[in-house]
Amino acid sequence: MSLAAAPTARRTAAGARHYGLWLATAVVLAGLPQVFASPIAIAVMNKMGIAIIFALSYNMMLGQGGMLSFGHAVYFGLGGFIAMHALNRLAGGPWALPVPLLPLVGGLAGLGFGALFGSFSTNRAGTVFAMISLGIVELVASSSLILKGFFGGEEGISGNRTKALVLWGIRFASDVQVYYLIAFWAVAAAGLMYAFSRTPIGRMANAVRDNPERAEFVGYSQRTVRFVSFCAGGFFAGIAGGLFAVNYEILTEEAVGLARSGNVLVMTYIGGIGYFAGPIIGAVVFTFLESMLSDYTPIWLLYLGILFLATVLFVPTGFAGVLMMHEPARRAGRLHRLALPYLGAGLVALVLAVGLVGLLEMVHFWSAAAVGRTRMRLFWTTVDVTSLVPWLVFAGLAVGGALALRRLAPRAAAAWNEATYGREGAAS
Amino acid sequence: MFELVFFSLLNGLVFGMLLFMLSSGLTLIFGMMGVLNFAHAGFYMLGAYFAFTLTGYLGFWPALVLAPPLVGVVGALVERHGLRRVHRFGHVAELIFTFGVAVLIEEIVQAVWGRVAKSYEVPALLDFPLFTLFETSFPAFKAFMLLISVGIFVFLFFVLTRTRAGLIIQAALTHPSMVGMLGHNVPRVFMAVFGLGSALAGLAGVIAGPVLGTFPGMAQVLGSIVFVVVVIGGLGSLTGAFVASLLIGILQTFAVALNYSLTDLAAAVGIGLSARSAFADLWTVTVAQVAPILPYLLLILVLIIRPMGLFGTRET
Repeated sequence: MSLAAAPTARRTAAGARHYGLWLATAVVLAGLPQVFASPIAIAVMNKMGIAIIFALSYNMMLGQGGMLSFGHAVYFGLGGFIAMHALNRLAGGPWALPVPLLPLVGGLAGLGFGALFGSFSTNRAGTVFAMISLGIVELVASSSLILKGFFGGEEGISGNRTKALVLWGIRFASDVQVYYLIAFWAVAAAGLMYAFSRTPIGRMANAVRDNPERAEFVGYSQRTVRFVSFCAGGFFAGIAGGLFAVNYEILTEEAVGLARSGNVLVMTYIGGIGYFAGPIIGAVVFTFLESMLSDYTPIWLLYLGILFLATVLFVPTGFAGVLMMHEPARRAGRLHRLALPYLGAGLVALVLAVGLVGLLEMVHFWSAAAVGRTRMRLFWTTVDVTSLVPWLVFAGLAVGGALALRRLAPRAAAAWNEATYGREGAAS
Repeated sequence: MFELVFFSLLNGLVFGMLLFMLSSGLTLIFGMMGVLNFAHAGFYMLGAYFAFTLTGYLGFWPALVLAPPLVGVVGALVERHGLRRVHRFGHVAELIFTFGVAVLIEEIVQAVWGRVAKSYEVPALLDFPLFTLFETSFPAFKAFMLLISVGIFVFLFFVLTRTRAGLIIQAALTHPSMVGMLGHNVPRVFMAVFGLGSALAGLAGVIAGPVLGTFPGMAQVLGSIVFVVVVIGGLGSLTGAFVASLLIGILQTFAVALNYSLTDLAAAVGIGLSARSAFADLWTVTVAQVAPILPYLLLILVLIIRPMGLFGTRET
């Protein structure tokens, strides 16, 4: 009896810790507006919440289902457009909807379009799937400029969320109220997506991703499994789109376009497609950089592009993968041994980054500044782009940093090896 | 009517041959490495911008000669130090990588040359109407574009079918490991083909920049169309790329010239469609307005019905 009871107790403890994590997340989210109360912070957090749902829904396809889509914004945008039309058309009528339900309308629209486009695009995985998704996004994006009644042409369509049916006296007049709505939907959607990944069909999605042939032998149709993941991804993308409509009260054709689809790929990938929490990290980091960097430099998109490409080349597991890489070392209590090697490598990487940023900023200034202006502010100093000195200094920093990094990065890797596997393991 | 057909056909031919310069490189790269290069149109854009800058210092003709090899070197470097690295993670990782390169090229172009269109113009030597038929004239520069692209077509055909290098490339297309066994350096062949394809795209940029415009969005405008071309033609098939390039080129120029809508068609057979219905947009759009959608519709149809494309022999 004791033999049977022990694992049950352990499982209950693990389950309690599990639910505790979700509960703690909810509590933290509820408290955030008290800590970051400025309107800008609220706006950024709202953006992050929407991005988190969107990125998680994208990873249902890319990370868990192995489908690389270049057109995920189609379901996001169409969900948003339908939610906006629902808000505008139904307000005041017998079918008027309260604001909290609008994301659900968007989700159902995303599900519908997901089922429509998924019905033929999930036949194949890999490159063909990616190509069809590209065709679909271009198709929808270019028809958005033609079907002006639905998409509103170049100025898009707008609405007013305070005109919706009021429930319990909440009119969603302030951004903080919208924040709580987004936080609620983010936790609910994340929970549902996590639950989906634990269901048999969610597990089969992993199997189909890794080895479609063997999945077929087990008795599952790879096409059906992909189709279900695809529809689920469309549904949650539609919820994110509906929240976008509620938050910004305006939607333009940009919401269904290739650029937004590319953004969600970038944020999901830098977060890490192999872990459930990866897209969450990616969405937070991406939105933060997007909001903060654009205040400092006009070429922030270039830096994001470099970050993305560096992730693809050097850390394909993303931020979440890097964090998880240190789990064994933490469990073995050897994390502190990494501090010094990491600090060294981090410092020279910083030097390299400063050099590169300086060079890029000067190149940009050279082309963008008004004729006759030669002095620019850079890293709290002023430099003259016509003199050779700053170019040499920054080039020197970049080259020196790169050379030093080549020496120090292997040492950091060796330290990680030792901390993870112990001295003996590292030697073998 | 004859005037319309004649000039649409001629312009379609020019546009189609331009598409072929891009799609030939793309399809060769795909056939060899199995990777669809998202950044291909980015190299086309780099070609136009390099030529714009070089024209400012040296004039158009030296730029025409210098810019494509420069782009080719950039392409070869991307293959050598980027693509080869992610190759072991599979095709999806490669696709993501080339997507990242495409994004990066666009951002670099914006950072270095700015967001507004550059006034990269037709050289004075070719800035005259070649001939005038009825009331429409045909610019000499377009004839020059046609000449260059036909020249490239002949050159490619000759190299691939009549030279030893072409033989190795053709063999590496289908049996890369066997070619490796025979003692050829296959990775270097890959790099050379990638560089050559990029240089061709760059050349297309050099000659298309003055006509289609030199601006940061030019890669996106053409990039998706080129994808459509190689998929419709059949991935990896040069003949397919050639036929599909001309098909799409002529289809698009004709569609732009036609100002008919479903309402007109319905009226012709005696049905009146109300312009006030909620879906009125659907039948009041003209063929000209639908022109940008047509290639993508065709792409999706081909991928569903015949995934190997018109002339392809295998699926991806």
